[in-house]
Amino acid sequence: MFDQLSDRLQATLSDVRSRGKLSESDVDAAMREIRLALLEADVNFKVVKSFTKTLKERCLGADVMGSLDPGQQVVKIVNEELTGLMGGVGSELAFANSGPTVILMAGLQGSGKTTACAKLARYLRENGKKDVALAACDVYRPAAVDQLVTVGGRVGAHVYEKGTDADPVEIAGWALDQAKAERRDVLIVDTAGRLHIDTDLMEELTKIRKRIQPHDVLLVVDAMTGQDAVGVAESFAEAAEFDGVVMSKLDGDARGGAALSVKAVTGKPILFASTGEKLEAFDRFHPDRMASRILGMGDVLSLIEKAEQQIDEKQALDLEQKLRKNQFTLEDMLQQMRQVRKMGPLSGILGMLPGMGAMKQLKNADVDEGQLDRVEAIILSMTPEERANPGIIKGSRRKRIANGSGVRPQNVNQLIKQFDQMRKLMRHVASGKTPDQQQLAAMMGGAPRPKVRRR
Amino acid sequence: MQARLIELLAEVAGTARAPIDLSNEPAVLLMVGVNGTGKTTTIGKIAWHLSKEFGLSVVLAAGDTYRAAAAEQLAEWADRAGAELVRSEEGADPGAVAFDAVEAARARGADVVIIDTAGRLHTQDNLMEELAKVRRVIGKQLPGAPHETLLSIDATTGQNGLRQAKVFAEAVAVDGVVLTKLDGTAKGGIVLAIADELQIPVKLIGTGETLEDLRPFDPTDFANALLAEG
Repeated sequence: MFDQLSDRLQATLSDVRSRGKLSESDVDAAMREIRLALLEADVNFKVVKSFTKTLKERCLGADVMGSLDPGQQVVKIVNEELTGLMGGVGSELAFANSGPTVILMAGLQGSGKTTACAKLARYLRENGKKDVALAACDVYRPAAVDQLVTVGGRVGAHVYEKGTDADPVEIAGWALDQAKAERRDVLIVDTAGRLHIDTDLMEELTKIRKRIQPHDVLLVVDAMTGQDAVGVAESFAEAAEFDGVVMSKLDGDARGGAALSVKAVTGKPILFASTGEKLEAFDRFHPDRMASRILGMGDVLSLIEKAEQQIDEKQALDLEQKLRKNQFTLEDMLQQMRQVRKMGPLSGILGMLPGMGAMKQLKNADVDEGQLDRVEAIILSMTPEERANPGIIKGSRRKRIANGSGVRPQNVNQLIKQFDQMRKLMRHVASGKTPDQQQLAAMMGGAPRPKVRRR
Repeated sequence: MQARLIELLAEVAGTARAPIDLSNEPAVLLMVGVNGTGKTTTIGKIAWHLSKEFGLSVVLAAGDTYRAAAAEQLAEWADRAGAELVRSEEGADPGAVAFDAVEAARARGADVVIIDTAGRLHTQDNLMEELAKVRRVIGKQLPGAPHETLLSIDATTGQNGLRQAKVFAEAVAVDGVVLTKLDGTAKGGIVLAIADELQIPVKLIGTGETLEDLRPFDPTDFANALLAEG
């Protein structure tokens, strides 16, 4: 997501890191690079200016210049400052002491409010076991109410709606009364997208806020927003007095400058990040983790959390046994693949691994989800016997499997070959040897490279 | 000095200018773009202009079969514009919807078909591939179609807009950009980079939420606005 920004910062920092001693001009050069990288990433120019100023002061401080490893110190400082810029330690939603917690969602058109409402509802149901209801106050955009009713239904949230003829302020007030009467834990109020300079609609937003007295007002900001983000955030801060930000569309390749700017300008933290088409693709935003991600240090914490949510411990143990005894079958491979894929798109998972950002080959390798679908289809077209013992797959079996899964017989062959290599590799690992690069490359589906002769 | 600057900016903004091609019978327009950039709204406005101002008969295809209630949203616009709507159920194959719409338009002798598609981030390869397929399917139903592929870009988009245009152009050969939400404070400067680097012109601008809020792009006006204060 923050790929390009992270590339540039890493290049700069590895240059700084490689030096034993830093002069002031070294620091200046590094700051110039960082400034450019941030500007290219759509970070607001005022924010960039003050950010690099603080950074430089700290980098020129005695503890850096005097330390044995000044480069490493600079990396640490950049990491800390980036974290601070995005909101410091993770903030939390405020919850009501009694009665429903009211959350008001606001934002520009197309920033992703309605989707964020449903995702947040799902998140609170899953993680807080809350009974969540939604209020449909976007009476302007055609079919916005229908959309909320549909996605609300999908996440199991009740939707209060009065069609499109009622006044949004009235709907919001009525929905709150209903939520109180029906003892809901949380009421999330969806509103129409509005331009921050549309005084009538901004006025309406203020009225809604006054009417329902929300515990949290969240501004939904598109991660791809450019320099305009700051002006938008300032206007919404005034009319909606928002408490936090939901960053949407973070799964794109936008460099995310909006995320970096909004907090700096309004002082409001980014609470959630929306990272995909699916309703589950929504999570807490962790500034510290994101900062290390930008710097290519990986986000192992998020990865582990994801894995813990998705992976069944017993299955994992079974698998380990099988691996040790070398009884790993295609069936197991299918299970494995499915578990990993439950964690979200593979490219996202790779992005969380330390050092992955720097591995150009992997990044360009473009993890093709479609190919994984094909592998699944091929395995699913096999009989249990064939899955357990792929050696028996010859001529007519191969043809049947290819037909069944809509691929060519060569693809079936390829899969079996890769599986064989994988098994060999596992035998190696199980016996305590480390696999060589060639085997690894072959397993990743790449062509085996000729061995380099050592001298 | 200012005047010369505007002239230069307008020149870049006007790179590869061409009108929207409606000469074919039916003319097929394909609308693509990232989520929330205003595709469906823009289609509604285009349909309204073509049908009310030029008296053309328009068929709309609800090719966004992914987002909840996207077809209902387009149906509302079709209603306002007096256009016919071809739709399928949610989760249906968008290619099939496009195919049916072009077929229906040919059978009824309609003048224009406008095909909506689901918003997608350009980084999602499988979705981009799906889009390329929709385009191929349209071409199979009517050789030469789509005659005009329009990419909607949100004026608030920053540097990422260039990347969007590039990847969408690779997938579906974009003919022009519709710059939406220009009624805000954002000026959409990224289209300069798109015109300059990719030779893709802006063809239309969206300036509001009513049917009339769609205009042809004027490079000089655009350059003036870019340099205006505030």
